[in-house]
Amino acid sequence: MKYIDEYRDERIARALVADLARRVTRPWVLMEICGGQTHTLMRYGIDKLIPAQITLVHGPGCPVCVTPLEAIDKAIHIASRPEVIFVSYGDMLRVPGSRSDLVQARAAGGDVRVVYSPLEALKIARAHPERQVVFFGIGFETTAPANAMAVLRAQREGLRNFSMLVSHVLVPPAIRLLLSSPQNRVQGFIAPGHVCTVMGYREYEALSREFHVPIVVGGFEPVDLLEAISLLVAQLEEGRAEAENQYARSVTREGNLEAQAIMERVFEICDRKWRGVGLIPRSGLRLRPEFAAYDAEKVFQLEELTAEEPAECLSAQVLQGLKKPTDCPAFGRRCTPATPLGAPMVSAEGACAAYYLYRRQAVAP
Amino acid sequence: MCLAVPGKILEVEERDGSRVARVEFGGITRPVQLDLVPEAQVGDYVVTHVGFAISRVDAEEADRTFRILEAMGLLESEERGAP
Amino acid sequence: MEDEPKTDFSCPVPLPARDKVLLGHGSGGKLSAELLREIFLPAFRNPILARLDDQAIVSVNGLRLAFTTDSFVVSPLFFPGGDIGSLAVHGTVNDLAMGGAQPLFLSAAFIIEEGLPMETLRRVVASLEEAAASVGVEVVTGDTKVVEKGSGDQLFINTSGLGLVPEGVNLSADQARPGDRVLLSGPLGDHGIAILAEREGLEFESPVVSDSAPLHTLVAAMLEVARDSIRCLRDPTRGGLSSALNELAGRSQVGIMIEEQAIPVREEVKGACELLGLDPLYVANEGKLIAIVAPEVAEAVLAAMRAHPLGREAQIIGTVHASNPGTLAMRTALGTTRLVDMLAGDQLPRIC
Repeated sequence: MKYIDEYRDERIARALVADLARRVTRPWVLMEICGGQTHTLMRYGIDKLIPAQITLVHGPGCPVCVTPLEAIDKAIHIASRPEVIFVSYGDMLRVPGSRSDLVQARAAGGDVRVVYSPLEALKIARAHPERQVVFFGIGFETTAPANAMAVLRAQREGLRNFSMLVSHVLVPPAIRLLLSSPQNRVQGFIAPGHVCTVMGYREYEALSREFHVPIVVGGFEPVDLLEAISLLVAQLEEGRAEAENQYARSVTREGNLEAQAIMERVFEICDRKWRGVGLIPRSGLRLRPEFAAYDAEKVFQLEELTAEEPAECLSAQVLQGLKKPTDCPAFGRRCTPATPLGAPMVSAEGACAAYYLYRRQAVAP
Repeated sequence: MCLAVPGKILEVEERDGSRVARVEFGGITRPVQLDLVPEAQVGDYVVTHVGFAISRVDAEEADRTFRILEAMGLLESEERGAP
Repeated sequence: MEDEPKTDFSCPVPLPARDKVLLGHGSGGKLSAELLREIFLPAFRNPILARLDDQAIVSVNGLRLAFTTDSFVVSPLFFPGGDIGSLAVHGTVNDLAMGGAQPLFLSAAFIIEEGLPMETLRRVVASLEEAAASVGVEVVTGDTKVVEKGSGDQLFINTSGLGLVPEGVNLSADQARPGDRVLLSGPLGDHGIAILAEREGLEFESPVVSDSAPLHTLVAAMLEVARDSIRCLRDPTRGGLSSALNELAGRSQVGIMIEEQAIPVREEVKGACELLGLDPLYVANEGKLIAIVAPEVAEAVLAAMRAHPLGREAQIIGTVHASNPGTLAMRTALGTTRLVDMLAGDQLPRIC
């Protein structure tokens, strides 16, 4: 597949690794923000390829992992209602809420369906006018424009039985939080390439300047990530701190203005709790008041359902890059993909699951 | 996060007031909404996410930077004496 | 917030209660294994079952019979390359074939949901009969039940099979040894993707067709060149190549290393997997087999496979070794190694 296969080329990867080895003179701690990037790093063993002085820690870039407990509890609550068809991306199905998850809600009789696109949710709504179709609108900025389009469509068609449970999160506020923490040891960031495809990277320029930290927008294939790491190390070794764009085949500085305009029309910024991290001001998106008819929170009158965030789960420290999944005493024992204690073990993109699937033991024979 | 895959636009048509493309991804074709990338045309590659195109691949930019990488790769394997 | 975690620290999010059977318990991964371990094995304690091969080989008056059963719940009922009827024959024939048995007789039990069109039933039965005739097995006994509308997904079929294991053939999941080679008969993922495509309306330039096929003659061809040096055979159905090899590694207490570059996957299947965020290693196959063979016969068995219509694209994909017993690992396209773990439940398509 073009623009994918060539970025998995072994020779180029090795060349980048050799180049990296020549450049690096001191230890550096880098963080990739996006769960998809974590997945690639683990799946291709890139952390084992790069020089040992470079430590990669995994950031809170998995919207599944950071979706707050309340959102999942609300989802389960709605899904359990007999008149509802609850529609979600597959990612969310096994994420534990306070007491249950969507898979168990389905086992208990809820009509929970997996889709690949919000447009499929609209199709279901049109096909079942007698039921209430609720779509779980999670994700970062990458997914928000598509979800916004679905709401606009529903409005244009006058659909009366479609609503969205929105729990979108924004990346830059989370990075700002990390950078502001006195415990932060991350010296360079790989910014999420598909979020930046939509949003551009101006926000990251501002962060880079304010905190004097290099940020490189990276793609998702092994060559992309190795190149991004190379660019970061070059900056660090030379004492520079700028925002750079490795993923230029998809990302521009301004981003996708059309997508941003559609997001702006449908969503407004709000405070959002991040699971395992806490409340980050102005880090989420919610539907604007004029779309109240499509807002599941309003349609189902869910009082501010709060869930007790467990007092300090190691998830939090993993998501903030302060600990590796293998530092957690429950990892691989009480906490496994089949019996997850926290969201990072469930999501295919979660740091813990990535470690579990790819790295549980040293594998070289 | 954000599984988005590049594919080639084979056809574009108007459907219910928006442009929908038939996009090819390594042998499989899928309908993709072009609402977010209105300038995309047949023959372009678009990066798609949950049924929507979110960007048009800058083929020139990709080509240019990839050739540098490729040269790097060739040089490295020559130096290593690898095939 | 604690700065340093205590040593007995663990995440207090509650473990999900396991008081209901979940869909994931049927996907051939870890949850399925758990169900076996916790409910079925303790109940039916016997050494034959404990071998957990695809079939049970029982000795009766000096004859070794292979006996197996399988249930088919596929939806949609009809898909490119087959239907529930032909699948019901191939699946059970293959379970027998993985024991080296010559398939002889089948039973077929139907659980039909009230309201199923008679024409649909006729089509399925015709297809089942055609598949059985092709293989040369007879459906000698059966059963029919009809359940109320809403109590079953249109049609479920169970087939049980009886076969004869020739003398000298000893295949079992616990026989893999360090040094053995792992062979795969052809490209991965065709069946799973064909089903998904049918369900989700995916379009392909060249359609992906289920690989549903009976493997007993392929097995016979392989046994002919190396009867004593083939350790075990497995067909990677639900749970994919990963489940099958993980199970073998576990039963034989060996490590298995496969090479990413050696594993055949069709272009279209690769594209579909990329798009949906699926990994071909976990996608179901219904006409493929894995063979673990002694190293000295690997080339000969490969040649025999490639000479057979169902093994034209066979490859040697890996080796068995002594380290990390019970695990499956893969050397990636970049030359690094990573674990290929069994999935917990179903592989779900993702957007992340």
